[in-house]
Amino acid sequence: MHRRELLKLIASATGVAMVGGDALAYTLRDPVPLSETLFNKTDVAFINEASEVIVPATDTPGAKAANVGATIAVIVTDCYPPALQKTFREGLTAINTASQKQFGEAFISLSKEQRLTLFNKLDSEATAYNTARGIYGIESSKPSRWEAGTTFTPPHYFTLLKQLTLFSFFTSETGATKTLRYVPVPGYYDGDLDYKEGDKAWAT
Amino acid sequence: MATNDYDAIVVGSGISGGWAAKELTEKGLKVLMLERGQNIEHIKDYKNAHKEAWDYPHRDLPTQEMKDNYPVLKRDYPLNESTFGMWANEKDNPYVEKKRFDWYRGYHVGGRSLLWGRQSYRLNKADFEANSKEGIAVDWPIRYEDVAPWYDYVEKFAGISGSRDGLDVLPDGQFQPPMPLNIVEKDVAARVKKAFKGARHIIPGRTSNMTEAKPDEGRVNCQYRAKCWLGCPFGAYFSTQSSTLPAAMKTGNLTLRPFSIVKEILYDKDKKRAVGVEVIDAETNETYVFKSRLVFVNASAFNSAWLLMNSATDVWEGGLGSSSGELGHNVMDHHFRVGAYADAEGYDDKYHYGRRPTGFYVPRFRNWGTDKRDYVRGFGYQGSASRQGWRRGVAELGVGADLKDALSSPGPWQIGMTAFGEMLPYHENRIYLDKNVTDKWGLPVLAMDVAIGENEIKMRKDMQQDAVEMFEAAGMTNVRGFESDYAPGMGIHEMGTARMGRDPKSSVLNAHNQVWDAPNVFVTDGACMTSGSCVNPSLTYMALTARAADFAVSELKKGNL
Repeated sequence: MHRRELLKLIASATGVAMVGGDALAYTLRDPVPLSETLFNKTDVAFINEASEVIVPATDTPGAKAANVGATIAVIVTDCYPPALQKTFREGLTAINTASQKQFGEAFISLSKEQRLTLFNKLDSEATAYNTARGIYGIESSKPSRWEAGTTFTPPHYFTLLKQLTLFSFFTSETGATKTLRYVPVPGYYDGDLDYKEGDKAWAT
Repeated sequence: MATNDYDAIVVGSGISGGWAAKELTEKGLKVLMLERGQNIEHIKDYKNAHKEAWDYPHRDLPTQEMKDNYPVLKRDYPLNESTFGMWANEKDNPYVEKKRFDWYRGYHVGGRSLLWGRQSYRLNKADFEANSKEGIAVDWPIRYEDVAPWYDYVEKFAGISGSRDGLDVLPDGQFQPPMPLNIVEKDVAARVKKAFKGARHIIPGRTSNMTEAKPDEGRVNCQYRAKCWLGCPFGAYFSTQSSTLPAAMKTGNLTLRPFSIVKEILYDKDKKRAVGVEVIDAETNETYVFKSRLVFVNASAFNSAWLLMNSATDVWEGGLGSSSGELGHNVMDHHFRVGAYADAEGYDDKYHYGRRPTGFYVPRFRNWGTDKRDYVRGFGYQGSASRQGWRRGVAELGVGADLKDALSSPGPWQIGMTAFGEMLPYHENRIYLDKNVTDKWGLPVLAMDVAIGENEIKMRKDMQQDAVEMFEAAGMTNVRGFESDYAPGMGIHEMGTARMGRDPKSSVLNAHNQVWDAPNVFVTDGACMTSGSCVNPSLTYMALTARAADFAVSELKKGNL
């Protein structure tokens, strides 16, 4: 159902129009401008390129189209404790170092295939690194799980990038509505729905 | 009548306060409802109700700053962007943790009725008799039969969906049709019933999410968005805003005053009656006096006890109701965060549509019928089955298109359930005033000294093992039990701080929720609970409130108050 139809339905059902009132409760903060993050435009462009390797455009748009770089910049700035910000930040440099080492070129100059090769290698390294330190389940947890002032061993930087990419992509409008299936007002529940392979998962 | 004079004052606007206001105004009383926090108007102020994850700057994650400002809230799931501002400000409203106590408070019109879990169950006959039979604490002064008609009454109005299962352990009520179980839950329910020979049941969660509209009340049935906590623009779940407040307003007898912190109940020691309340305006810090013939205390279990402790201290040092020695004692919650989850194989050709705001429920089966354990009382489970989403991750797929494809398809079916156990009323579990610590308004704050005991610790073993056993019996695979840390308060079911009883020497309230020492003061929220049962308690507060309001008005008319 479209938003306009929904508003009509609510208005007719409840006699109250969904119009803005005094912003007393449930208010959102304004979007965070890039200038208030730890990152600049070049960083965001780089993160978008890197994230696109993790979630590429296929028959549906990928991480770059969802501009996950901008989201990641805000989440790392506001939701990460300093120790993880450092790990993530150094990771962006480390990607280039690894790229130079393997291909003799900066990451941004690599071909699609080279990028994928590099990242699958980094992903394996990250898994080994985390396993050696007893760190598990990062990808299926939220990027806000860490807290300042607590002791924890930061996971491998690539795991952070991967987690942030998956989270930011699948919670984006592009990811939720084009790669996944999303229905704002389902209207009913069916717990016995036929499924055939290839049908998309629900966004939420 | 002077402008500050009312027939009744209701302190608090949450689940029980809303009911008190509705019942008293509908019976013709002029009522003042006082709420310490801001107003939230139905629909108009549900600003996030149509927002999606991508509309939040941090995609609904808590920021480090939010964590710094909400050191209690951050301990569990409620700290997020979408409900931010809907929980009490912890800097303005501190409390003391003699032992860790997680206190989740909603300081605004509607209170936690906007943020509750909505599961709605009746206590059963045995719940009201257990204290007496087992010699624990004191006997309830009422029995199931006293409350049953009031359960009927509130269920019909609030709109509870659920199945009628004919179980003594979980009495049926006036339900709308249940929300369906899904295919996995149905199959597991059938296998469990067979494996345990009808002693264990899996039923649809009974919830205050409606499956049928109530056009007369401007309420639409649930649209399966599962965004309840953002405020429901359909009015599909019970809240003060969607249900009791409009009814009370319709009478023309209600005055609602937000930003009103009730500091004390004014008590006339000669007449042994309350004469009104003193209020601090939370915005201006000015104090006001409001007079009334009745006072309903519905500030939530702990704050209701706090208010009594701060009242009539010239007569009783410990406050109104403290003559029993029980005010603030016998704190209960439901202990949980223990259960099991498992994989459900063989359902790859099935999926679900819609976001159901409830799951399944397993009524208590321990210490029931012929079953006897090395502890008393029991527990129920809440759970659900669903196919996993993108959050599952697929480690072996590395990065790239294969990973994206895998995560954009539904994962395997999983089923999980968490037990909610009854906590006994221990006298030593208490809250008390700490006068060395004050809140933003200079008022003394509560100190919490609450822990679970041996009975609960023994019960928790079964709470995990039984879940594992049931999933195994139902043919689930990869069954894993779990137990996470539980701290009192996490259940958000605070109860018992001004309990009902038969004797003023051992209870704060009588059988009609009247304070023994001030019969025109009624406490009908979680504070009144003599024991906690294992079921979610809010429906019982609704029923007890409606019952007490009916009694109060009839006593008022007889001139007894």
